[in-house]
Amino acid sequence: MREAPIHDLDVLVIGAGGAGLRAAIEAAQRGLRTGVVCKSLLGKAHTVMAEGGVAAALGNVWAEDSWQVHFRDTMRGGKLLNNWRMAELHAKESPDRVLELEAWGALFDRTADGRISQRDFGGHRYARLAHVGDRTGLELLRTVQQRAVALGIEVFMECKILRLLEDPAGQVSGAVGYWRATGEPVAFRAKAVVLATGGIGRSWKYTTNSWESTGDGQALALWAGADLIDMECMQFHPTGMVWPLSVRGLLVTEGVRGDGGVLRDKDGRRFMFDYIPKMFAAETADSEAEADAWYEDHVHNRRPPDLLPRDEVARSINAEVKAGRGSPHGGVYLDIASRHPAEYIRRRLPSMYQQFMELAGVDITKEAMEVGPTCHYLMGGIRVDADSAASTVAGLFAAGEVAGGLHGANRLGGNSLSDLLVFGRRAGAAAADFAEGRPGTPVLDPAEIDAVLAAAEAPLAREAGESPYALQAELHEVMHNLVGIIRTGPELTQALDQLAKLEERTAALAVTGGRAYNPGWNLATDLPFMLTVSTLVATGALERRESRGGHTRDDFPDPDPELGSLNLVQRLGEHGDLELVREPLPEVPEALRALLDETTT
Amino acid sequence: MTAEVTMRVWRGEPAGGAFVDYAVPAVDGEVVLDVVHRLQAGPAPDLACRWNCKAGKCGSCSAEVNGTPCLLCMTRMDELPRAEPVVVAPMRTFPIIRDLVTDVSFNYEMARRLPPFAPRPPEANGAYRMASIDVARGQEYRRCIECFLCQDVCHVLRDHEEHKADYGGPRLFLRAMELESHPLDTADRRALVRDQLGLGLCNITKCCTEVCPEHITITDNAIIPLKERVVDAAYDPVAWLGRRIRRRTRRPDPSPLPAADDRSPDKPASGVAGRQ
Repeated sequence: MREAPIHDLDVLVIGAGGAGLRAAIEAAQRGLRTGVVCKSLLGKAHTVMAEGGVAAALGNVWAEDSWQVHFRDTMRGGKLLNNWRMAELHAKESPDRVLELEAWGALFDRTADGRISQRDFGGHRYARLAHVGDRTGLELLRTVQQRAVALGIEVFMECKILRLLEDPAGQVSGAVGYWRATGEPVAFRAKAVVLATGGIGRSWKYTTNSWESTGDGQALALWAGADLIDMECMQFHPTGMVWPLSVRGLLVTEGVRGDGGVLRDKDGRRFMFDYIPKMFAAETADSEAEADAWYEDHVHNRRPPDLLPRDEVARSINAEVKAGRGSPHGGVYLDIASRHPAEYIRRRLPSMYQQFMELAGVDITKEAMEVGPTCHYLMGGIRVDADSAASTVAGLFAAGEVAGGLHGANRLGGNSLSDLLVFGRRAGAAAADFAEGRPGTPVLDPAEIDAVLAAAEAPLAREAGESPYALQAELHEVMHNLVGIIRTGPELTQALDQLAKLEERTAALAVTGGRAYNPGWNLATDLPFMLTVSTLVATGALERRESRGGHTRDDFPDPDPELGSLNLVQRLGEHGDLELVREPLPEVPEALRALLDETTT
Repeated sequence: MTAEVTMRVWRGEPAGGAFVDYAVPAVDGEVVLDVVHRLQAGPAPDLACRWNCKAGKCGSCSAEVNGTPCLLCMTRMDELPRAEPVVVAPMRTFPIIRDLVTDVSFNYEMARRLPPFAPRPPEANGAYRMASIDVARGQEYRRCIECFLCQDVCHVLRDHEEHKADYGGPRLFLRAMELESHPLDTADRRALVRDQLGLGLCNITKCCTEVCPEHITITDNAIIPLKERVVDAAYDPVAWLGRRIRRRTRRPDPSPLPAADDRSPDKPASGVAGRQ
């Protein structure tokens, strides 16, 4: 067994996307020795894929906007399954977090009077998304990356974390993993650990997520004894590319609809008017004339149904395609060319223009795009304290997509980038507090480190066995076919059965080649994470016998008020098996509840 | 009958390697990265290749296809000649880690050399005001996805290992110009760019602009204006005279410039000379 060299830190951040870097900045600014570990190179995290913008009630475009309206939109968009305190903090603090980025060098698009411009997005009452064309995530990530570099934060690149380590008192004390470039082991000893590893979308066949989104943080937290909530709440983004097949699932920003793009069936009909749910009827336009007028005047017109929250739009597209009214490749049409001149589209949506032109040969300034739902974002995740981002395990914090609660059953577009900043900062601060208050040097167990490494390295030693690529392909089929956008009880039961069988087969994984930069082996070490989080999703989905937000049950098509007041909490039981308990949502205080009323503006 | 295509992929380690041919069925609408993934799932499970977004937004899958530096995820198979093998090689400028993966740490080390953004204080309400026209150029610079293809193609780095110690390359010049032209920034990095990052070595052949997948006009919009700013600071005759007089009447210059190379203060740097 090779011995893992140990790096000593006060705060270890796992994940170098927006949340991880924002957390690291906060801890480093406090003078703590802070390190960030990431699976890829610095600056490649999935945050760069966020396109449309960062939601913050700056009120630059519509002075009527306020944190109260943002809070209301977030809660209603989440079908009230949200943690109200997280939604409150998020709405109140995101403007400051956006302005702070500007002080670190970000260059947002401007209003005519030189302030940060804001664009419309689904479910947001006012134009609220600060943006940089359609590459806002890149701007955000680069800004925090450059800030982290300026602060001299240590970054450990291309490093896969296999397991969190705890001291005898059960406090998280570090982590063990390996360097992808060499395959050599490495361990970190830290007084506090922040998980900011993002999502789990790589378990599905068609996804906007990169190879990194294998649920690392969710699984690490589970194995360390933490609670996870509402793992069934998975968002399918309504608009992914559907053609060519090689780019199926690739994100098409909601900014297209925010800037005036509309959805049409194969005959050109704007079908979204047929799908306005009761909950949003009072605030949604019911005629094309009113919808079109809204772009110029938000106060006297209601929003177009194309800008309903994502869960509604994704389900509607799914239904249209199922009814035989879809496009040739199994999507629907998204049309902005008939509303705006080419120059406007190229300026507002440069990377969409480039993406369709270069990958599909489609000129979006002249033709409609073919789009369909694609696996995008996990609303559920690690259960955290709203104010401190602390998990239920001492010394372990979580922020960003890996944490659950803020978005309830459905996330509004633009709320993920603001989530990263608000709760990344809070997690970094709380981890710093914890580290400062923790006496002595955390204790690591060398035997545990060895055991983790031995298990990870086993596939390298096997002469023959299961191919990690084949296992991953089977997992994709299971999740796509049985735990997709529309679910049923029998299919979920079948999925759990098949996932258990796949998990058994991981014991026989075998890879060819050595340990140095071997993607086959890397995938073999990712598979246990993917299978674990997939099981959590299917388990939660089977238990939640209702339809709410991103979770749709064909056999329980309506929301159930009782289930809607509960978090489904999953954790490891005493014997290491999964247990699921129902716990009531934190109760919304009276003053905030008044904001949630349908007629509130 | 399915048409076949031959992929000629460089396989190897720091010690050496060779091209290996793989025949695979041609599939409509694929990019080179799709075929690399099919190779991994089939005949070459340990083929090393970086990637993340598969949408031209993260800049991870940089390599050289048929000799041209490009992103594997944005290079369509149907735009490459079918009759010949598709040659996929790692970026040549950087040391090999394995197969198509190179050690790009040079770029991260260079990034640490630039003094960071230093904004002026905000307005009373904590915000800044900037006009669209003043942020437009900076936004072009900030489109950079750090794929390092500009660094790969830059002949100063590609063909002159000895300059890696003192030459930042197009990516760093782009970043330097971004900071220099930022409407809020107050720092002055011009002497550093000239003396420690080797701006003068660039002789504006525009190869970097040609390979930029983000279509940033690196040479014309960043490097040349940066050279002009550096020249303004270093070779303005009035300022030069002022410095000479100050030096004579007060004390020796505390930070003498390196002499006896083409970046000495008395001789314009190569590449700049032609523009005087």
